[in-house]
Amino acid sequence: MTDPGPAEKDRRIAPVPATKMKTTLLVLATLVVYVLHQDVWFWTSARPLVFGFLPIGLFYHACFTLLCSLLMWLLVRYAWPEHLEREAELPHEDRRP
Amino acid sequence: MIPTLIVLAYLGVVVYIGVFAFRRAHGKEEVEDYFLASRSLGPFVFLMSLFGTNMTAFAILGSSGHAFANGIVTFGLMASSSALVIPLTLLLVGTRVWALGKRYGFITPVQLFRDRWETSHVGTVIFAVQAVLLVPYVIIGVMGGGTTLEAVSGGRVPYWLGGALVALVVMTYVFFGGMRGTAWVNTFQTTLFLGFGAIALVVIGWGMGGFSRAVEAIAASPQSFLLTRERVSPLYFLSYTFIPLSSIAFPHITIFCLTARRMTQFRKTVILYPLCIAVIWLPCVFLGVMANRASDVPEIQEKLEARRTLSAESATLAPEARDALRAKTAADDVLVLLLNRYAPLWLAGLLGAGIMAAVMATDSQILALSTMFTEDVFAHYEGKTRFGEAAQVHTGRAFVIGLTVLAYVIALRLPEGIFVVAIQYAFTGFAALAPLLLAALFWRGSTKWGALASTLWVALGVVGIAALNAAVPAPPPGQATAVWSFAGQRLLERTAGGISVLGLLPVVPMVLISALLMLVVSALTPKPSPETIARYFPPGG
Repeated sequence: MTDPGPAEKDRRIAPVPATKMKTTLLVLATLVVYVLHQDVWFWTSARPLVFGFLPIGLFYHACFTLLCSLLMWLLVRYAWPEHLEREAELPHEDRRP
Repeated sequence: MIPTLIVLAYLGVVVYIGVFAFRRAHGKEEVEDYFLASRSLGPFVFLMSLFGTNMTAFAILGSSGHAFANGIVTFGLMASSSALVIPLTLLLVGTRVWALGKRYGFITPVQLFRDRWETSHVGTVIFAVQAVLLVPYVIIGVMGGGTTLEAVSGGRVPYWLGGALVALVVMTYVFFGGMRGTAWVNTFQTTLFLGFGAIALVVIGWGMGGFSRAVEAIAASPQSFLLTRERVSPLYFLSYTFIPLSSIAFPHITIFCLTARRMTQFRKTVILYPLCIAVIWLPCVFLGVMANRASDVPEIQEKLEARRTLSAESATLAPEARDALRAKTAADDVLVLLLNRYAPLWLAGLLGAGIMAAVMATDSQILALSTMFTEDVFAHYEGKTRFGEAAQVHTGRAFVIGLTVLAYVIALRLPEGIFVVAIQYAFTGFAALAPLLLAALFWRGSTKWGALASTLWVALGVVGIAALNAAVPAPPPGQATAVWSFAGQRLLERTAGGISVLGLLPVVPMVLISALLMLVVSALTPKPSPETIARYFPPGG
């Protein structure tokens, strides 16, 4: 079995070129996730207790972190700043003032 | 005795890893190797080390202590907001900083600012503000080490010795290993404390006879607010989402972004970062809340008793008595107390080592300050030209020793509370410095005068908040004292937690005004040369 190499290992999160529509949708998705952080609907309620012990407000925010991870996957896949990789490969020039 | 020995053995392992990293880099006295590990970190070390660098003692000790007093709201305030904002800033800002650093050889954020805005002295002002905001972290790290080692050893290792040991260990591996040693130690430590939460949850849950009864008991008690967010306004909750902006503006995080071997290293870090936050914070916050039902831990009962007295009699108490009671309610040690009560000795030792791992995240701040001093001051003001590159690395190492010894001496002489408060200001200050990075990287119209205006505003704002907090006595929890009203509207209030502005944390106006100053002053002042702007904003980029 040969080593698939870093490029192949990164295949599932490899960037896909962004279009204007995709960019707009990703910005919207990010804003929606930001709004979802303000879950006023569970503000004063501890119940239901998920698994019998986890207050719903805490469970919601645990799920929110998973949603953040999913959002980051989408951003990495569809909004990866590939041009920066190319720019970094241009001839080195020490500009430390 | 067993937990103490395990923690001491752990400290030995940490030193070994740092020295091992030094041996790998032996013979290389280049600046980039010592301060940036030759920009060579792979994906796993990059993720673990970056996460560990961001998660200070607060992630384990402070989160459970905050949750003990405030309940589950702690997770939403600090963890889930960071889970969104920090990876987002790494993706948008961190990758750009990495690319510019690789192309132009930058080692510190101030070098980037100096080049981007064609300035020398404004960079020095930014350096000074960053350094002043960062130093309290180093001091609090030494203090945290002393306190934790004393608690884990049951008092066998006194505070002064614990602090000295932790300072010596951190100093040794930062001195020898530089960024490479720090990154490898952080990776080891992060792996350890990622496992810490889950194990602690199982062991303490088992010891308490399960959590269901404890949660039901809290829900039926006057402490039921611990299971909801009813004591926090939605506006206040919202303002906490500004705090994680500080992460990318912290110099040790910006500098760390330069250590990746390839930009693709950011991909997994950005995606997995929120999950790592959940793994650490969820158990710590939940256990902090559960500590309220640990009726068989006398030290926790004393804290609860002090809280009850404070709540019932606060209005009639003298300020000194109120302060004394507040000190008794301090709860950063609840997790250690739970472990001492419910975990077997050997496991308490291992978990204590996990806590030490979080406390010792101060290494990155020491290295960052050393890097900033040698690059932004020593090298910038001709030290490197006159004495050579090797002398610059030696200066960096000497700075590490000097700073650690100074932090230890201060830690022995001054109360911890001062620095805990200073760190709270530092979060606000660095969040308000974030517009500088954003403007430098994304707005071609930004100027050095805009940057100077924002930086001076941050310095003045932080001093102003500190002065107001000191001048107006804290009211009892749940009440607010008007500091400044206009047309019947309370603009500034002093709450038990500090100053609030229109019901928001001060970080919100600090960030917004900082951004506004950058916009307005930059619009009115001359821009850098077209050549410089073209380098940062290439056509088609």
